Amino acid sequence: MPTQSHYDVVIIGAGVVGSMIARELSRYRLAVAVVDKESDVGAGSSSSNSAIIHSGHDPYPGTAKARLNVRGNALWRTVAEELDVPLRSTGALVVAREGQESALEELLHRAHANGVTDAAILEADEVRAREPRIRPDTVGALWTPSAMVVDPFQGVLGPAENAAANGVAFLFEHEFTGALIERGRVAGIDTGNGPIRAQWVVNAAGVFADDVMHLFGVHPEFAITARRGEYFVFDPTRFTVDNVIFPMPDELGKGILVTTTTHGNSIIGPNSEEVDDKEDQSVTEAGMLQILAGAQRLVPSVSASDLIAAFAGLRATGNYKPDGRHRDFLIERSDEVPGLINVAGIESPGYASSPAIAELVVKLLAEGGLSLEEKESWDGRRARPARFAALSHEERAARVAEDPAYGRIVCRCENVTEAEIVEAIHRPIPARTYDAIKRRTWLGTGRCQGGFDYPRTMEILSRELGIPMEEVTKKGPGSEFLYRRTKEAV
Amino acid sequence: MSAQGTTRNDICLRCPRGCEVITVLDDKGAILDISGNQCKLGIEYVKQEINNPRRVLPTLVRVAGGMRPMVPVWTPEPVPKGLLLDLAATTRSIEVDAPVSVGDVVLDDWRGLGIQLVASGAVARRAGAEVRHSNGGE
Amino acid sequence: MRVNGDYDVAVIGGGPAGMAAAIAAAREGARVLILERNDQLGGILPQCIHNGFGAINFGRDLPGPEYAYRYEQKVRALPVEIKLNTMVLDVTGGRDVFAINDDEGYLHFKPKSIVMAMGCRERTRAQIRLPGTRAAGIFTAGTVQRLVNIEGYMPGRRVVVLGSGDIGMIMARRLTIEGATVLSVLELMPHLTGLRRNYVQCLQDYDIPLHLSTTVKKIKGKRRVEGIETIQVDERFRPIAGTERSIDCDTLVLSVGLIPENELSSQAGVVLDDHTRGPRIDSSMATSVPGIFAAGNVTGIYDLVDYVSIAGTAAGANAAAYARGTAPEKRRRRVRLVPGSNVGSILPQEIEIGDDDSRPTIMLRPNATIDVSVRLRFTADDETVTEFRERYARPSEMIVKTLSARHLDQLRGDKNEEYQVEIV
Repeated sequence: MPTQSHYDVVIIGAGVVGSMIARELSRYRLAVAVVDKESDVGAGSSSSNSAIIHSGHDPYPGTAKARLNVRGNALWRTVAEELDVPLRSTGALVVAREGQESALEELLHRAHANGVTDAAILEADEVRAREPRIRPDTVGALWTPSAMVVDPFQGVLGPAENAAANGVAFLFEHEFTGALIERGRVAGIDTGNGPIRAQWVVNAAGVFADDVMHLFGVHPEFAITARRGEYFVFDPTRFTVDNVIFPMPDELGKGILVTTTTHGNSIIGPNSEEVDDKEDQSVTEAGMLQILAGAQRLVPSVSASDLIAAFAGLRATGNYKPDGRHRDFLIERSDEVPGLINVAGIESPGYASSPAIAELVVKLLAEGGLSLEEKESWDGRRARPARFAALSHEERAARVAEDPAYGRIVCRCENVTEAEIVEAIHRPIPARTYDAIKRRTWLGTGRCQGGFDYPRTMEILSRELGIPMEEVTKKGPGSEFLYRRTKEAV
Repeated sequence: MSAQGTTRNDICLRCPRGCEVITVLDDKGAILDISGNQCKLGIEYVKQEINNPRRVLPTLVRVAGGMRPMVPVWTPEPVPKGLLLDLAATTRSIEVDAPVSVGDVVLDDWRGLGIQLVASGAVARRAGAEVRHSNGGE
Repeated sequence: MRVNGDYDVAVIGGGPAGMAAAIAAAREGARVLILERNDQLGGILPQCIHNGFGAINFGRDLPGPEYAYRYEQKVRALPVEIKLNTMVLDVTGGRDVFAINDDEGYLHFKPKSIVMAMGCRERTRAQIRLPGTRAAGIFTAGTVQRLVNIEGYMPGRRVVVLGSGDIGMIMARRLTIEGATVLSVLELMPHLTGLRRNYVQCLQDYDIPLHLSTTVKKIKGKRRVEGIETIQVDERFRPIAGTERSIDCDTLVLSVGLIPENELSSQAGVVLDDHTRGPRIDSSMATSVPGIFAAGNVTGIYDLVDYVSIAGTAAGANAAAYARGTAPEKRRRRVRLVPGSNVGSILPQEIEIGDDDSRPTIMLRPNATIDVSVRLRFTADDETVTEFRERYARPSEMIVKTLSARHLDQLRGDKNEEYQVEIV
């Protein structure tokens, strides 16, 4: 990966927004770096969410959220195809119970006002025909056919790998610690690993975007609250639904939903709880009960005995309300500190909006004077390695005949092979931790949740990275699994 | 508590059945009665447990030149309870050469107490591994 | 891809059930194949280095590796084809078996019969809805056992074990012996869930405290576990506020139960039982799919490996007979057994009560603790047809009973097809 002491643009944060911006910038003759304090892309909110590309029916008309969501939804279809990101057109149902009919009409008007022209109201029997498991007293639903589900990690990794292949440097385990400002203008950033000089800094730091702004001395009034959302994942052999199902929204958001991921697991969640610690991705007893109850209000057959995993993500909820009433994204080229672009308060529908946000950021940079000269060599396509488990018998036979490492199954539930793990470790964005491998290959995500593969995966990481077993981590320094040999002197 | 002395309850460890054995002792500690056991192992067990409780120690020792880094070992004859952790500490400095067969003695007559550590698993030699010293048990 | 039809019996899994099945089938003259995903035979036994195995089958108290070794010697003395490092990926109801290894590549077998002997897997944190972060340092007991005993690495210095099952208690002792500090064993239930002998020799002997009616409220630490908060629960498992206690630890070991591993059985269309979560089997270990047999933990969680081997032997012999076409026709009278009060599960779910000399053995898993003499009753329409006596009933111990001529006569004299089996 090319590293140098001076960049045209440094992006803080390798989430979906940072990675999409990096990929857009990789089209041009620019030296671009992405820094992240974690060991991998998508380690924060971007990979722990509902994984839905919303249609744009929900944001308040006229907001940046509404505009960028609808544009982002359209762009995702192209981007996902170019970057080989699993994306499934599902449409979504927002279901109403008795007494919510007028709210449903209002929601339809809002969708139309936002340009979601294909949104429509379905009668109760049509809803039931689409989703027989739906709660029996459902009176109708808003149907938004343009909603899609995405593989949330691949949606980050795709643009990141494509950006890396086109020359963008990704600097992991580089924590932003301070702003470099010279003569009133951005000169770069300080990191735990030393300064990185740059003409432009794009602040895409997720829940920490307010801290970054404050260190650049702008928007002292802006604050991000981390709102935690907990989720459950179901064993696909025990429970699935066919649709993305929302309750009617309230002031906290779109509510606890039921959906099925691109991988085929149904998930339920999220609740919404403000947490003081912006990295508190813990699941709680109360939260888990809350989301079970919430999901059962939509689909009564949801059962706690069928779940295989729980996780939590954090939404970056900002306090920016340009109209005084509706929270919105804060995306701007700073007037106070030239060279700084802020992309903050990116809560839902941030994931859906991310390609449109990237488009907007490039426009802001160009208008701010960054010269954008297209590279001839730019290749906007990226291919995801094939999953062995998804291959036919003939394809599997051909793979293993070519490379015996396909004959070593490391994860028994998801049938992940050693060959896939080794490839993940050596891709343009390398997987260097257990979680990084898990996100790429689905290893350890099945029924046994890693019980079987842990030792083998640690061995492969140790061998491929040339590090002792005791230095293999779950998610970067400080998350080591092992501390000594069984038979070493204590 | 009986008039003559004391009773004690033990879970017999000689087999997985885990009988609860009730023993009545007189003031001098002599056994007056044993009940609750389903076989004679229960009687042996409480007699031992009252006089000198012993346990089996399962652990590992390192293997040089083997297909695996360690071999499981155990004490087929139980060891006085108070010595278990001492014996475990001793195993940290033992290394045997591959191959190791089930039943190989890896430590004999520890501290002159007749205590043996015996391999309960086998480890084959890694092709091309150097031989350093012979195994004590062979 | 060549379809290999050379084998009479394919055994999936080379653990205690699979080895016993292979031995029995080979002794019947069948051409037998064992497909084992690990690099050695024995299943989980090589990592179970503690003693406690073999009391029934060898009259000795052996460590797990040695118990496995004795069976392996028997397997290797017979003409059994063993494929190690080989993962079975798909099994069809038509007995197509697809497997893979790094030596021969993709393999397609078409045996005349199959013995499913895949064992079980551990329940994970999601199944007990364990709250907290996803930091490193949370392991299932079986994973810790593998890391410590086979791979040779210690996963932590200061350990708390959640769950008083046998593997949890055994690992508390193992970690202590290898120099870690085991601070506490927590158990949600008001009683021990493993064997009492393990409480004595694994916890008491090493001064490891057991806290009943206690669970984990919170896990601290974002990257590595830094501590946990425990809380006591009432008789309905509701947390009791004010009973929280913090423990500084870097490792949490989960010993919260086992689940039969039946992905392949489901693929093949084998009907599973709601109580055992394993295939429904009859006295010959036959599943609902003709030619597919099952034995051991894949059919339900056993307490003693000796019984697993015994079940494997029966499955192997019957699979060989099926392959040869000499399996007795299923025309004798069969009755179904379903769990009644105080019974969690029963194996097999169907027994033959024909008038030959065979004496079916049944295994019950009680789901209540009754420490006084109990009766085990076969009832139909609330009428007791036959009954046994048993000294006590405990969830940690299976009750194994071979039906006597008297019991069979009493069942034959009755006309029902299904009996509730209850403990009173």
